Amino acid sequence: MSYLATAGASAAPITRLGWGLLTISIVVVLMVGALLAGALWRRRAGVSPDPEGRLPVERRGPGLRWVWVGVGISTLALFVSTVWTLTTLAAVRHPPRPPALTIQVTGHDWWWEARYLGDAPGRDFTTANELHIPVGQPVRLELRSADVIHSFWIPKLGGKTDLIPGRTNMAWIEADRPGDYRGQCGEFCGLEHARMALQVVADPPAAFQAWRDRQLAAPAPAASPPIAAGAAVFQARCGACHAIRGTPAGGLFGPDLSHLALRRTLAAGTLTNDPQGLTAWLADPQAIKPGNEMPRVPLTDGDRAALVAYLQSLS
Amino acid sequence: MADLSLDRPLPVAPSGYRSSGWWGLATVIATEAALFVFLIFAYAYLGSQSATPWPPGGAPALRLAGPNTVVLLASSLAAWWGQKGIERGRRGQLVLGLAIALVLGAVFAGVQGLEWAAKPHGPSDSAYLSLYFTITGVHLAHVAVGLAVLLALLVWAALGEFTAARHEHVGVGLLYWHFVDAVWLVVFTTFYLTPRMGIF
Amino acid sequence: MVDRALDPAVVLERRQLAQTWETPRTVVGWLSSVDHKEIGKRYLVTAFVFLLLGGVEALILRLQLARPNEAVLSPEAYDQIFTLHGVTMIFLYALPVLSGFSNYLWPLLLGSRDMAFPRLNAFSYWTFLGAGVFIYASVFMGQAPNAGWFDYVPLAGREHDPGLNIDVYALGIVFLGVSTTVGAINFVVTLLRTRAPGMSINRMPILVWGTITASVANLFAVPALTAACLLLWLDRQFGMHFYDIAGGGQPLLWQHLFWFFGHPWVYALVLPAMGIVSDALPTFCRRPLVGYTAVALATVATMVIGFGVWVHHMFAVGMPPLAMSFFGAASMVIAIPSAVSVFAWIATIWTGRPVWTTAFLYFAGFILLFVIGGVSGFMTAAVPLDWQLTDTYFVVAHLHYVLLGINVFPVIGGLYYWFPKMTGRLMDERLGKWSFWTAFIGFNVAFFPMHVAGLMGMPRRIYTYPAGMGWGGPNLITSVGSFVFAAGVLLTVWNVIRSRTRGAPAGANPWDAPTLEWSVASPPPAYNFARLPIVASRHPLWEDRLGEGTGRSVLDSDIRLTEGRETLATTPLDAEADAILRMPGDTPIPLLLGLALTVLFFALLWKGWWLAGAALVVSALLTAAWLRPSRRAPREESARG
Repeated sequence: MSYLATAGASAAPITRLGWGLLTISIVVVLMVGALLAGALWRRRAGVSPDPEGRLPVERRGPGLRWVWVGVGISTLALFVSTVWTLTTLAAVRHPPRPPALTIQVTGHDWWWEARYLGDAPGRDFTTANELHIPVGQPVRLELRSADVIHSFWIPKLGGKTDLIPGRTNMAWIEADRPGDYRGQCGEFCGLEHARMALQVVADPPAAFQAWRDRQLAAPAPAASPPIAAGAAVFQARCGACHAIRGTPAGGLFGPDLSHLALRRTLAAGTLTNDPQGLTAWLADPQAIKPGNEMPRVPLTDGDRAALVAYLQSLS
Repeated sequence: MADLSLDRPLPVAPSGYRSSGWWGLATVIATEAALFVFLIFAYAYLGSQSATPWPPGGAPALRLAGPNTVVLLASSLAAWWGQKGIERGRRGQLVLGLAIALVLGAVFAGVQGLEWAAKPHGPSDSAYLSLYFTITGVHLAHVAVGLAVLLALLVWAALGEFTAARHEHVGVGLLYWHFVDAVWLVVFTTFYLTPRMGIF
Repeated sequence: MVDRALDPAVVLERRQLAQTWETPRTVVGWLSSVDHKEIGKRYLVTAFVFLLLGGVEALILRLQLARPNEAVLSPEAYDQIFTLHGVTMIFLYALPVLSGFSNYLWPLLLGSRDMAFPRLNAFSYWTFLGAGVFIYASVFMGQAPNAGWFDYVPLAGREHDPGLNIDVYALGIVFLGVSTTVGAINFVVTLLRTRAPGMSINRMPILVWGTITASVANLFAVPALTAACLLLWLDRQFGMHFYDIAGGGQPLLWQHLFWFFGHPWVYALVLPAMGIVSDALPTFCRRPLVGYTAVALATVATMVIGFGVWVHHMFAVGMPPLAMSFFGAASMVIAIPSAVSVFAWIATIWTGRPVWTTAFLYFAGFILLFVIGGVSGFMTAAVPLDWQLTDTYFVVAHLHYVLLGINVFPVIGGLYYWFPKMTGRLMDERLGKWSFWTAFIGFNVAFFPMHVAGLMGMPRRIYTYPAGMGWGGPNLITSVGSFVFAAGVLLTVWNVIRSRTRGAPAGANPWDAPTLEWSVASPPPAYNFARLPIVASRHPLWEDRLGEGTGRSVLDSDIRLTEGRETLATTPLDAEADAILRMPGDTPIPLLLGLALTVLFFALLWKGWWLAGAALVVSALLTAAWLRPSRRAPREESARG
């Protein structure tokens, strides 16, 4: 999550500015610190108290002149920094090229909904907590909130933009090399603010296109008896809140789980998406992420195993 | 060092702007005025962000609020006249002036109540109505405090507490009442006049 | 000075003054006292109790964050504790502690017998205590505020936070605002009216400049928070729609109102503390402050600019670039007056002959912390960089360097400096130096690594974090450092308790300091000055040695004012004698009014409307009793004689 080294055009000018101002800051602290140390330990002519035991007081030296010198140098540094800041602000305001893609990101307590606007009619789809973007292309983000204020933040790809109820904020990101970039909600949003991470995966354009086509297709139908059993459990117990494309499950309250098996994590970056993680999550989501909106759904061990098998098959 | 200003006799417990009370109230007015500035900022901010026409349903009618504004200003005038009286030692004029001011102030509050009652919806109906009831309500609370001040002054005046030489409380108390009136002009302009100017 | 204490006429005069001004040593007397020194000490003690409470909360948080995936606290407990920590430190410690110093010191610094409104002063303390009790009562209900000290809506709205938590916050803040406001009014009028003859504004100590700047700012800033909290409470209790999108409200309205208050408030928390340093540091450098005028004007300039930077807390809300450029640049400019003060302090040490007392160490240490907090603030003023830094631990580091660095270190230094004045006894220097080094090292070990955690991307206000992010190391160091820092603070507390009875006798002026408070006995008599001083320079007790100005201050003048509680009123700018003020005697009304307001706010919290109405009526009657006109006839008399 460090933003001292970043991975895209949306963050690079900020990173340069950051290093620049950090350097100026360190130099200032060292210089003022040295002045202070010099003032404290400077050798002074010995003085002795007067008969009443008081040390002499006197007004000596051209102190004020040096105050103005110091203030003058500080002002110059501030001026340079301000100009650099404004230049950077202008540089990252708009993407260098028209964005290839628009994603509508909606913050929820405490997860991320991502709706990919289609390159053609009918090619919209929704996913959650994991964004894929093509390498080397700016991506436009429309940021909204479903409940409280959240903040979208992928440190390696740029700064924060808030998601505010009633508003749509715009942002853009661009990754110049493939990789997984972790992000986390940047604005305190209640109980599980700490566990509201999201993942941005930058894929080479061909891989991204493949991922996108895969997302658009309905998940493969249940292939084996345990998976079919799991699908039935899902329809009965989970479908009111979660949606899976191509099935009757169309709940809008929780994350869309179509192609869940393609995602790396569960519960907004809280657990690894593997059978153990899924099993633990389904057994007691409130123990893992206390206060989150998913209730503990009573399931037999067999039903839970079938459900895990089904969800694992959604690739 | 000889301080020349110390050589002349000084008033003990002075009145007017030489008293601490006057300065204290001037400071209270500064901070209270700031409170109204922020409330009116809330009005302007929500108005400017509103997706629908502002105010919803058009500007509120002047039928009651217009004359009521005149009533409140007249109340200030009457109080000022009473104060002029006690400065010349006329206690009766002070009592009369305060009584008229009190009655007119109470009339203002009553009419304001009628205006509230005439609204078809309550403060929880829309952001505009929340603003309307809250800001006029905060002003009305100030009117209530002002009426209590006028009543106290009236009682003290009737009991003969004030003379030409000692009426510090009258000046300070009425400064507050004039402030309450001045704030009403701002609230009135905000709610009743700006929608007619086409600002939003 | 000739000691005239043995002159029988003088003895008689002082006995008469003591009879007039002293508070009877009874419980009722204690509860009725309006002596600014008594009130100042109460403020200091109460604020320190809140500092310790807020500190304990911080240590609990640090236990939770010491390691990844720690489970000391539930998320709900964490949210309540971190909110309470912020509310306590910012509202119940940082300003009240400065009010304590200023209340205690102002009349002594300015050469007066009390504040302009002694009863209001007592009322301001009792409401502060009432608001503190009100807010902390929520802890016992298990429903402490839990949406952060900044309390953003809609998270703080009823829909997302239905308990009493936020009602306590909204009402408690409005309640505390009463205390802050009347306190500010008192400082403003005191400054304008009750300075000693000759104490023109260019002779006032910088602490007075700092406090007056903060007080004027509070008059205009606190109503923004009062309005914000009032609207929030109305939204929550009566379903209004100020912040609620569905009804036409706007969440950002809260942020504008809150930060319009919040940023000036931050300066109100630091400017008086910077004033402490500007006044006390030169004493130990054996020279006057370098650049008095520049520092005084920088104090005012900081606040003026401070009113124009509130939006820098909102750079990530999606604002037009032009607005962000303006507020970013203004936030850069605000560093300039700070630079003036920093260089003035360093020049004062450089051209002086520093005496390394404990107080001096706290002030010198403060300068370094101030610079570190300053440059990290400068980085967050750069708008695009702020998009990365905001809401990370980098900002937590910044604000603690600023608030602890500029508020707590000078306050503890000020305590070592003025404790002898308040108690007549010196604090232990050896223990003091231990406390300084422990606190200074602990502070840096605790808070410096937070910069690193922030640059590594650790967000604020998270109750836990996963392993493998690289945040574990800096957090563990921070947690260890926080306990070391706490130990340093405790050493000072222990020093205070011990020195109160066992410290070496101080005498009137143990540091050979230049300002008026050191011209009276330690502790000062109830009436402060037997004869009101006439001031001719900035350093009345040093002017002989500095050869300052043409005239000489008269500490033993012929201004007696022994006819009841009286003090002199002077003109606002030049401080020429203008009138003689009758000062009120001790009265329990401020306490009773404070109690009535406490009942009122609890009634509002629990929606006991009848009780609230009764409390209002009682308050009105008490106010009428308070303000009842005096029947004593006005007259004129000479102040001399």
